[in-house]
Amino acid sequence: MAEQKFTGTRSYIATDDLMMAVNAAVTLERPILIKGEPGTGKTQLAMEVAAALDRPLYEWHIKSTTKAQQGLYEYDAVARLRDSQLGDDRVHDIANYIVRGKIWEAFASDVQPVLLIDEIDKADIEFPNDLLQELDRMEFYVYETQELVRARHRPIIVITSNNEKELPDAFLRRCFFHYIKFPDKDTMAKIVDVHFPGLKKALLKESLDAFYRLRDVPGLKKKPSTSELLDWIKLLLAEDIPPEALRAEDSRKAVPPLYGALLKNEQDVHLFEQLVFMDRRSRTQ
Amino acid sequence: MLNSFFYLLREGGIRPSLSEWLTLLAALKSGVAGHSVDDFYYLARSALVKDETLFDRYDRIFAAYFRGADDAFRDLVRELPADWLERQAELELSDEERAQIEALGGFEKLMEALRERLEEQKDRHEGGSRWIGTAGTSPFGAYGYNPEGVRIGQAGSRHRSAVKVWDRREFRNLDDTVELGTRNIKLALRKLRKFAREGAADQLDLDDTIDKTARNAGLLDIRMVPERHNAVKVLLCLDVGGSMDDHVRVCEEMFSAARSEFKHLEYYYFHNFVYESLWKDNRRRHAERVPTNEITHKYGADYKLIFVGDATMSPYEIVYPGGSVEHWNEEAGAVWIQRLLATYPKAIWLNPEPRERWNFTPSIKLTRELMDDRMFPLTVSGLDEAIRALH
Repeated sequence: MAEQKFTGTRSYIATDDLMMAVNAAVTLERPILIKGEPGTGKTQLAMEVAAALDRPLYEWHIKSTTKAQQGLYEYDAVARLRDSQLGDDRVHDIANYIVRGKIWEAFASDVQPVLLIDEIDKADIEFPNDLLQELDRMEFYVYETQELVRARHRPIIVITSNNEKELPDAFLRRCFFHYIKFPDKDTMAKIVDVHFPGLKKALLKESLDAFYRLRDVPGLKKKPSTSELLDWIKLLLAEDIPPEALRAEDSRKAVPPLYGALLKNEQDVHLFEQLVFMDRRSRTQ
Repeated sequence: MLNSFFYLLREGGIRPSLSEWLTLLAALKSGVAGHSVDDFYYLARSALVKDETLFDRYDRIFAAYFRGADDAFRDLVRELPADWLERQAELELSDEERAQIEALGGFEKLMEALRERLEEQKDRHEGGSRWIGTAGTSPFGAYGYNPEGVRIGQAGSRHRSAVKVWDRREFRNLDDTVELGTRNIKLALRKLRKFAREGAADQLDLDDTIDKTARNAGLLDIRMVPERHNAVKVLLCLDVGGSMDDHVRVCEEMFSAARSEFKHLEYYYFHNFVYESLWKDNRRRHAERVPTNEITHKYGADYKLIFVGDATMSPYEIVYPGGSVEHWNEEAGAVWIQRLLATYPKAIWLNPEPRERWNFTPSIKLTRELMDDRMFPLTVSGLDEAIRALH
């Protein structure tokens, strides 16, 4: 297999440290854990890695009720019970009722796949511990059919976390770790550029200024993130808003237009309007 | 060769494990990293440091190691140069000498003078009677004696008479890993649980299944219900430092228990009394403060507010603007606590001081009045009472 390195893609700007972490994880076939503010492209990373290295992608999205076992397989006892009552012949083979989970699917892949375990912190505290053996040895045992499932190719595992719960040490020790920092203005300009090539310089500068000013407002429940900035610029373009309208010096229009795309929370919008109001009053005095 | 870097990291409090270290070596061997220090820096961070809050510490250790100054990292934790204020000698003064030291005018003048002198003075200082340092008779510094002195960098109160604590010593964050003795507290806190079924239906409802199956002429009809979760939300405000030093143990127990019991637990620290801002990290409490207004804005009225503090202080700290021992507060603590109570009607104060002493401390009486008598001792039985008051 030719040595492949992840260097970002045409639609994804990867910083040096991110590339290093991903390449180390790919080379050593260890999971990589990605943390960072919501909307900084954690989930996107797995898709981009799969696209860049040309691998199939399996996505496992975790919810608060997800159990580790569901990623391996599930035994659908209820279906079997129903079939037995209806006299279906399938009922005699238990293997008919073993439903494969995402990890099994990834293990069975013909080429080395990318497996995304998204928002692992949403699940129960014990969840990561239940997956230690599977992630380490890349194999698990199906008790119902007495079968050992082993990965044909160790998948590239990307795990994301929003830091809602602390992850156990034993789990962390097995992963590479990367924290996606909120991009600085230069990186952000590059990111915007790959999404909106040929965006007018003036609009880019003014929108970024307005965006970072808004992020600096203290007390926001949810600070706007990269994905919200991109949505907002899309709207600005669609509405054909001139860059001058975004300038803060213009006190009559200090609220950036279409700010509903950036602030997703009633209280935040309220707080922001209040601040603008106070600001205007202090200027007129 | 790199092994000493590993031990330096462990000593510096990052504690990578042996398996992580071996992973890093394997990665180096496989040639993932090029031959630049930057590559190594990123690779080692991603392999060894699994918590972004430790990145800063890692940076400093890394810098210290690769500058070849192995011991520079020992000063990591301190903000002020440690030896500048380190206690070298203690000054023992006789009573006459103490009497000779006159107070240097009013309070305001004292603070003004401190600010000026901090600016003038650049080096470490010890003894003498003017510069700020240790074991002297200047009104600024520690381990010395001046009846109106300002304390800087002293690990425990010696005379407890300093007018103002301008103390940048490290207030340790409460350790929530204390397990011993937390079980009783956990059991008490458990009474605060309020269960609600939420989320996906993933549990078999046996009674309903039997009922529906019978109605379905014996054909199975499976019924599911969502799991039950603890839906209680708690906002915990903890007093640290000063007179609370005596109660650290019981507060850590309380904090540990609360951390593991509640899914929605937010905590903030304060010193003696709540004012216009609180903080989350005692190591950076001077740099990172959260305005109290922001807290009431962020957490809804469904949160239950729990103060933990001994409420033992000078009554001025509660009722007068500018009474705080740490800073100049524009509005009195009483105003701030009333704002908090207006936002969170379900609130209690837990006091580690024994109940018998409450009546002899004016500030405790004041606080009790402000709390509408909802103050309870920080004992298991006191917690029981407190939880009932919260319902």
